[in-house]
Amino acid sequence: MAKILNVHQLRKTYSSGLNQLTVLEDVTFTVDAGATFSIVGPSGSGKTTLLGLCAGLDDANGGKVELCGADLALLSEDERAVLRNKNIGFIFQDFQLLPTLSAIENVSVPLELQGVKNAASQARQLLQKVGLEKRLNHYPSQLSGGEQQRVALARAFSNKPRLLFADEPTGNLDEETGEKVIQLLFELNKESGTTLVIVTHDLDLAKRTQQILRLKGGKVLTNQKTDVL
Amino acid sequence: MNNDLRSLKPGFYWLVKMAWRDGKASLKRLMLFMSSIILGIAALVAIQSFSKNLEENIALQSKNLMGADYTIHSKHLPTETAQKIIDSLGLSGFEVNFASMAAFSKSGKSKLVQVRGIGEEFPLYGTIVTKPKSAAKRYSSEKGALVDATLMLQYQLKPGDSVKIGAVSFPILGAVISAPGTSAISATVAPPVIIPYRFVQKTGLLQTGSRIKYNYYFKQAVGYDIEALEKAVDPILAAENAVFDSHISVSRRLGKRYNNFGRFLSLVAFIALLLGCVGIASSVHIYIKEKLRAIAVLKCLGATRKQTFSIFLIQITALGLIGGILGTSLGIFLQQIFPLFLQDFLPFSVDIAITPQPIIMGLLLGVFMSVLFALFPLLSTWYVSPLEVLRVQEHSRPKFKKAGVFLILVILAFLFFCSISLLKDWRYATAFVLTILLIFAILAGISLLFMKGIKQFFPASWSFTTRQSLLNLYRPNNQTMVLILAIGLGSFLISTLYFTKDILLAKTTIDGNKKNPNIILLDIQTNQKEEVAKSIKPFGLPVLANIPIVTMRIERIKGKTVNHLRLDTTATVKKWILNHEFRATFRADMIGSEKLASGVWKNEIPEDGAIPISLSDNVARDADVVVGDTLLFNVQSVLMKTYVASIRNVDWGRMQLNFSVVFPEGVLENAPQMHVITTNAPNEETSAQLQQELVAKFPNVSVIDLRQILSLVQGILDKITWVINFMVFFSILTGLIVLMGSIRTSKYQRVKESVLLRTLGAKSSQILKITALEYFYLGVLGGCIGIFLSLLSSQLLAWLVFDTPFVPSWVPFLVLLPSIIFIVLAIGLLNSRTVLNSSPLQVLRSEL
Repeated sequence: MAKILNVHQLRKTYSSGLNQLTVLEDVTFTVDAGATFSIVGPSGSGKTTLLGLCAGLDDANGGKVELCGADLALLSEDERAVLRNKNIGFIFQDFQLLPTLSAIENVSVPLELQGVKNAASQARQLLQKVGLEKRLNHYPSQLSGGEQQRVALARAFSNKPRLLFADEPTGNLDEETGEKVIQLLFELNKESGTTLVIVTHDLDLAKRTQQILRLKGGKVLTNQKTDVL
Repeated sequence: MNNDLRSLKPGFYWLVKMAWRDGKASLKRLMLFMSSIILGIAALVAIQSFSKNLEENIALQSKNLMGADYTIHSKHLPTETAQKIIDSLGLSGFEVNFASMAAFSKSGKSKLVQVRGIGEEFPLYGTIVTKPKSAAKRYSSEKGALVDATLMLQYQLKPGDSVKIGAVSFPILGAVISAPGTSAISATVAPPVIIPYRFVQKTGLLQTGSRIKYNYYFKQAVGYDIEALEKAVDPILAAENAVFDSHISVSRRLGKRYNNFGRFLSLVAFIALLLGCVGIASSVHIYIKEKLRAIAVLKCLGATRKQTFSIFLIQITALGLIGGILGTSLGIFLQQIFPLFLQDFLPFSVDIAITPQPIIMGLLLGVFMSVLFALFPLLSTWYVSPLEVLRVQEHSRPKFKKAGVFLILVILAFLFFCSISLLKDWRYATAFVLTILLIFAILAGISLLFMKGIKQFFPASWSFTTRQSLLNLYRPNNQTMVLILAIGLGSFLISTLYFTKDILLAKTTIDGNKKNPNIILLDIQTNQKEEVAKSIKPFGLPVLANIPIVTMRIERIKGKTVNHLRLDTTATVKKWILNHEFRATFRADMIGSEKLASGVWKNEIPEDGAIPISLSDNVARDADVVVGDTLLFNVQSVLMKTYVASIRNVDWGRMQLNFSVVFPEGVLENAPQMHVITTNAPNEETSAQLQQELVAKFPNVSVIDLRQILSLVQGILDKITWVINFMVFFSILTGLIVLMGSIRTSKYQRVKESVLLRTLGAKSSQILKITALEYFYLGVLGGCIGIFLSLLSSQLLAWLVFDTPFVPSWVPFLVLLPSIIFIVLAIGLLNSRTVLNSSPLQVLRSEL
């Protein structure tokens, strides 16, 4: 099967004064196109840093990341932005909706960036799919946490991404709302055939993916397939 | 795979759409930014337009003073060539004037007057002001005379009396208060009597040998290049013993008085604009800081750096344009209403016209300065990492050193060119920009030191609220630097305006105390001076000065005789120097209106050899002499060899007797001389009584009552003072509003922290105290540094620019500083009002 994400001996350090802090060391794994993949580990294990590096949001100090066939180290920041817009979707723990844009505008942005002409109608359809057809023109501050995360979901799928990164997607939601959002996430994933990479500390959520990468202290503990088909 | 990474082009329309979407949701915050532009531009446009109007009015006034666009005058009937030039230029008005005795039939007394025979067309500009008013219109048709008002007072003349000039007796129709074609002082030396020109010949006084002056007045269409004409005909006329004089040179002489005011008004306008810029920079800085997260999200979603940068650039440009339009409209509105408020105060009627220059400037500046001063904070959008969506990257954000330095240079260049265009002097402009830079650096340095100092010597044992307020000053997300820069620079500019206004106004105020003369007695013979002085004393008036005047002519300049110089076509000496009868004086010291330009002031009497004299700079220039050159004077047939020991700059505008040639003491004491005695009369009644007494006792003595002129000048100065005060306070108001805007913008910095404290159980009083203390520290520090620095810069201005002593007013310390601290404190507290009045969640939802 084709690999959509190929991470090889990835290393990330931060310097704090004279000290060097190694956050990730020798991380290697691959993700098949269309698969569901989770990265788990305790706080401070380097999960979010790994997500940032895989999505081209940050630069590694060593190793290589190949995303959708492109070596991220060889791309400029703007080229990575275009790559993300065409191939990647994001869901964040704290939703990260643009506060000055309404729900429909937030969902339209990735489509508009691609120059899609009927961005608004596509965004409306997506918001209908996540059950927010009556909240189209509401601003994020006028929506509940669950509603905001559903807008974020609609936005993440709006550009029909080949790979979707989700960083603790239920971290800011109560159990019931979190479950609804996760169900929706998997439904949309199945529907569109998108590869899903979830960063979570929730093992139950991780078990619903096909492969689990366990991190501890910036190193890979295990990289196992689950019995999820 | 779809990996063409260059094809993502959502287009300009999308950028505009994003700018609009974001802008409409942030309208409240952007209004603060826009208010800075509106006020800055409004002040600039209003002041510039008003100054332009003022300039045009001065030009008009100079025409009114001259009575024409330009004149040609000659002491003889014009030569054939001169007459041809006069004819070719389209003569519009004519006057002949000469000195003659006038006999007043009522008292049987007579007096030497300046007879002005005026043609019907004159004046071409302005009016002859008479009392009664109708006299000016009637004198020509009714064959009447208009007599100088002071003369009428001295001789107790009334309309209906008659005055005999030569062979013709004229009924006096009224008193001349002012008339174009003469300046007040020259008029009073030999008081004017105006008669219709057609009767001049009948007086029988136009005879060969009489000292007659022929004036030809011209009026040209608007836009006519008088300076070019002057350049072309002046040398020809000079060779024909005729003089060309245009209203432009009068305007220049008159304008000199307004020069400092004009410059000051420009400075006021520029400072208002700068205050606007401070407002823009600080509000955009905080605005963009709040947008960094959203920018990271956009980048995460695939927007390029150029796109995110462009979205906010478009937003700022559009606001700049709208702000420019609103500011310009407000400026024009203010300019229109100025005269409504000022009509009773202005010394002249100002015809308000909308001139395109300030409008275009306002619109362009609105956009340009918004973008320029917003660029620095905007640049940070370029370097925002998309990783910020995952975690705050405060420390790892790369600095934009090269772009930042380049931008600072562009800002300095902008300030420099703006200063040059407003101040019209590159030295002042350079000094201004360097000062602003220095002030900025000092304020930034002090803020850093302040933060470091608090961190180092943090009072750990103080109460929670005090510690929290101090912590706010240096912990991450602090606003210390931005607010101290805004408050400090604002206070500096506002208080400099105030101090400079004081310096300027102190320089121009006429001291109305008894030490300044307002009555001048001329033509007193040496044997009369004691008697005249005695006559003054019974009125309780002081003899302020008793100045000797000796008349003389120049015989030789640098060894060459005046006859030789007259014939020498290559000589650079001006003709008037060769023919002029100088009225010189002698004294030991220089006086207040004089300043040594070169050489040494000498008062030693030489035993033999040349006498050291001092010349005014204009005479030295026209006589083409420098320090050390010799001049031979003919002092009423006695030849005196002198050399130029010093050259003085003389402020001829001062209301005192100034001299172009000054001898040392001990040389001219025995020469035939006249005296001038000055005194100070407290009111019109005493002045009239004194004048009548002197005329009766000493008919040869001329009396000049300067009170009218002084009160006129003081009146004009009072009115200009009013205008300046108005403009300064308008700018100060602009500054305060901009300052309020800057501090108001900082509201969003503190809301989140206050809400968290509230959530953790902080009481309203505690939150209020923390906020109040933080803003109090910032207000006190920014205000004190700003005002202290303005004190230094004003002292330098007083020394280097205005050349005048500087006594600082207490107003900036006692009024301005507390006001600034109060405003900072009040707005700071107002900022936390929403936190105190609503639930934490409500606040977070509505404000963040």
